[in-house]
Amino acid sequence: MTTAKSYHSIIIGGGHNGLVCAATVGRAGKSVLVLEAGSELGGAARNREFAPGYNVSAGAHLLHALPSELARDLDLPGHGLKFAGQSLPTQALSTVGKPLRLGDRQVDGSELSAADIAAYTRFSTAMSRYAATLLPIFQSVPPRLVIETWAQKFEFMKLAWQLRRLGRRDMRELLRIIGMNMYDLLDETFASDRLKGALALDAVLGAEWGPRAPGTVLTYLYRLAGMAGGKGLGVAQPLGGMGAVVAAIAASAKQAGAVLRTSARVKRILVENDRACGVELESGETIRAENIISNADPRTTFLSLLGAAHLDTGFVRKVHHLRASGRAGKLHLALKGLPNFTSIDAVALGDRLLVAPSMDYLERAFNPSKYHEYPSEPALEISIATVRDPSLAPAGQHVLSAVVQFLPYDAGADRDRNRAACLEAILVVLEQHAPGIRNLVASAELLTPFDIEQEFGMTGGHWHHAAMGFDQFFFTRPVPGAAQYRTPVDGLYLCGAGCHPGGGVMGIAGRNAARRVLEGAR
Amino acid sequence: MSKSGFDVIVVGAGHNGLVTACYLARSGLKVLVLERSDKVGGAAVSRQIYQDITYSNCSYVCSLLRPEIMRTLELPKYGLQIIPYEGGATMMRNGDHYAAYRNPDAKRREMARHSKRDAEAYHRYSNDVMRQCKFIKPLLMRTPPDPTSFKPRDLMELLYLGKRFHAMGEQRMYDTIRFFTMSAADYLDEYFESDVIKGHLSGSSIIGTALGPRSPGTAYVLLHHYMGEVDNNVGSWGFARGGMGAITQALAMSLKASGGDIRVDAPVAKIRVLAGKTTGVTLESGEQINAPIVVSNLDVKRTFLKTIDANDLPTEFVERVRNFRIRGSSGKLNIALDGVPSFPSIPKDSPVMRGDLHYSESLNEVERAYDDWKEGRWSTIPYIDMIMPSLIDPTMAPEGKHFLSVFVQYCPYKLAEGEWNDERRTRFGNTVIDAIARYSPDFKQKILHAEIRTPWDIEREVGLTEGNIFQGELTMDQLMFNRPVPGYAQYRTPIRNVYMCGSSTHPGGGVMGAPGANAAREILRDLGRSH
Repeated sequence: MTTAKSYHSIIIGGGHNGLVCAATVGRAGKSVLVLEAGSELGGAARNREFAPGYNVSAGAHLLHALPSELARDLDLPGHGLKFAGQSLPTQALSTVGKPLRLGDRQVDGSELSAADIAAYTRFSTAMSRYAATLLPIFQSVPPRLVIETWAQKFEFMKLAWQLRRLGRRDMRELLRIIGMNMYDLLDETFASDRLKGALALDAVLGAEWGPRAPGTVLTYLYRLAGMAGGKGLGVAQPLGGMGAVVAAIAASAKQAGAVLRTSARVKRILVENDRACGVELESGETIRAENIISNADPRTTFLSLLGAAHLDTGFVRKVHHLRASGRAGKLHLALKGLPNFTSIDAVALGDRLLVAPSMDYLERAFNPSKYHEYPSEPALEISIATVRDPSLAPAGQHVLSAVVQFLPYDAGADRDRNRAACLEAILVVLEQHAPGIRNLVASAELLTPFDIEQEFGMTGGHWHHAAMGFDQFFFTRPVPGAAQYRTPVDGLYLCGAGCHPGGGVMGIAGRNAARRVLEGAR
Repeated sequence: MSKSGFDVIVVGAGHNGLVTACYLARSGLKVLVLERSDKVGGAAVSRQIYQDITYSNCSYVCSLLRPEIMRTLELPKYGLQIIPYEGGATMMRNGDHYAAYRNPDAKRREMARHSKRDAEAYHRYSNDVMRQCKFIKPLLMRTPPDPTSFKPRDLMELLYLGKRFHAMGEQRMYDTIRFFTMSAADYLDEYFESDVIKGHLSGSSIIGTALGPRSPGTAYVLLHHYMGEVDNNVGSWGFARGGMGAITQALAMSLKASGGDIRVDAPVAKIRVLAGKTTGVTLESGEQINAPIVVSNLDVKRTFLKTIDANDLPTEFVERVRNFRIRGSSGKLNIALDGVPSFPSIPKDSPVMRGDLHYSESLNEVERAYDDWKEGRWSTIPYIDMIMPSLIDPTMAPEGKHFLSVFVQYCPYKLAEGEWNDERRTRFGNTVIDAIARYSPDFKQKILHAEIRTPWDIEREVGLTEGNIFQGELTMDQLMFNRPVPGYAQYRTPIRNVYMCGSSTHPGGGVMGAPGANAAREILRDLGRSH
């Protein structure tokens, strides 16, 4: 069965990047079809009703990386995007005293020395400056490492100029710290363990390494750059959960003429004369298009949907070696009432809460994951979205969600038992901060990276589709030969988080891919 | 020439200090090398500690020494002889072993015994690694450019680097970027499947560093250890006949032949500075020796935090030096043996007994050893690199007696349980000896004497800060133009006429001599002399 209509572009996967891509292609006046395997759009950025009446952002639960100009271009506010909170402060929890409150440039906490407080302002200002310098690089299409034509030379001169503009001192410092690990950088800057722990967690959230791993300063700067070097929304909580962001992008895409189909799982990408020309759905239906854009992760795209037969062995080997094993899990608790965290008052419960008392704590939470074991004391980024947005749960009830570091993808054969043990360990940690929280739990769910893979179809359950690190970054993300959203197969493009710049609800990969496709059409 | 009669004082008679001194003396400068201990050599010395047995008591093998230095300074003429050795083996708990033979066919057969796939992959692996070596090797003997500078020399050097890089071709450039930033574990995973082969190969990626094989950046350390060559055999290792001291002895003789002077037992207390310029040094004895140029072979922390007055330095520079990471992560046992202990897992008369022996049979075992270091304790089951030089070089011990050098990774400089003391040192030593004894039933009986050296001992004895064998971690932020301090990577310092020539500078540690030669070149350039 073949649908008669042929599209300019078909996008495989209705995650946020796929939808941004669809909206961008649609706005250029081209016909575009989005095919989503699930019954709902949004991929990992959708809402999940994990218990009757309790809704939670299934993947990332706080928005920090969506560029404001992208939101403007797609008119997301016009399509219903509202925020329950913006520039949320971070509370680094303590079991014994007051938490630290980390703002954009200020940190408060009775346990902090004056030197640390001053250092925080200096540090956050400098890091934001570096992040702002890197932002154009994060947002650009990576050039290929070929410097033959003048246009190519110009690309690299532009990159060099970005750095030079910082001035000599800052450039030197950036070139020094960018390859460093967060552990040492924070150690040379601050004294407070809790402060260092909180900042280090930002560097390793969703990442595959602990704070001692070189490259974690890069992931920290990536996070900051996503926050527009401190000039964006900061950490924001979308009203209605992350699903509301997706809904707004979807509405924008629809308005641009995109056709969005759910429950339409693509079985394979069709290739004719070495060119991608359409897709075949699981139902047997085939649909043709000039361009196929995959929002699926690179491994799924190349090995499952396309098939290794269409690629040369060197490239296939690189795809096989792509590191894409997630180490972040997700905890969802349906709570019968508002928990009582001993260190903070009820108002601050709607902030971003961290359990990362020290860098060594993080490193210890990381160590077992190297050996495919769950940590006994995981680190947590907690959001109780219902404090600011009661619509997500039945009246008077609450939802707590937490990103849990570091849970390995493969933690032994007895998954259910190990998952239950890990959930228990997390509850023990939570209980230390919020005594009695256990008794409030009406329902609990822990999604390990394995579960995330099953649920959202991303290989290895990695939110970012591919681990972030220097070796999988910019020129080489996801793999050399496919780093410019184009692939070795004509007409096939990538638009997901596996592409430059990487993961997070950011939409840049989707937009850049759309631009590439439209360039090709010219 | 100053009143003392010397043009240049070199502080520290380690191999790099001697290399610098040799080059300067050869260009006609009057050079004096000052050494605090009673012997030249720094960490590359041979000593007789027990009976007539020669110990290479810190550094123990050599491959990194640049052949061009050996030639120019005529070291073979002064008695230096490098003997290549077998690749070594990893012993396994099940009584088997993996042997890395020098002979390519034997190596292949042995690999295939553990994994046919790995034997196939090895060719690809060694080609890929050697390609990276070939790219990096010419850079060892060049001064890193300052990427923030607009000086023609820096721009030209950047251009040179860019061109060399670009000449590799697009795909190879990506490979290189990945190689320089990956972890050794991920890199090895791309080629091999056998645990023991990966475990064996991973050792080179962590020796001397405070990183585990799963830390990004360790693939480069692997390369750093492969960069050497013995008899044009890239990546192979060798012994200096007579121990590592033979290298520094030959250097000292070469220096004397060029008219240079060396004074031992002459610890330098201060490098004196007047109006931003050095005037010479003051010894601990109070004696002052003047010279217009002072070159420090000490590590960067020792040079600027202990030997030069902080008031003479820019505060930001001092801050950077303080933050330079130079961490103790390794220890050493030097053991005198009454005969060759038996290692049942290695076949009798196997040539690999003359190579380096290990027992870490997987990457994870090495990684777990690193986890202990992070917690401030020596590894419960350390990674060891042990070798019996007396099997190759009979001059090192009387007949029937042997010397076993055991390099131990990891061992922290600061222990979580408190300061190092005799009791803790003994426990550390016992941990290592017990670990080895698990593979050798008669090992303990054969021990005549064991010298146990923690990072703390190495610091005290050799002067290396924290006992770090590379004078600073070989991480991305401390290589090339960042080594040791951004803006001061060209062997010059904030003080006029004070230079650095130790392993804290590009290209880093190992008995390589490249920093020493590069520093000499920069000094001669400033003096308007040819190299």
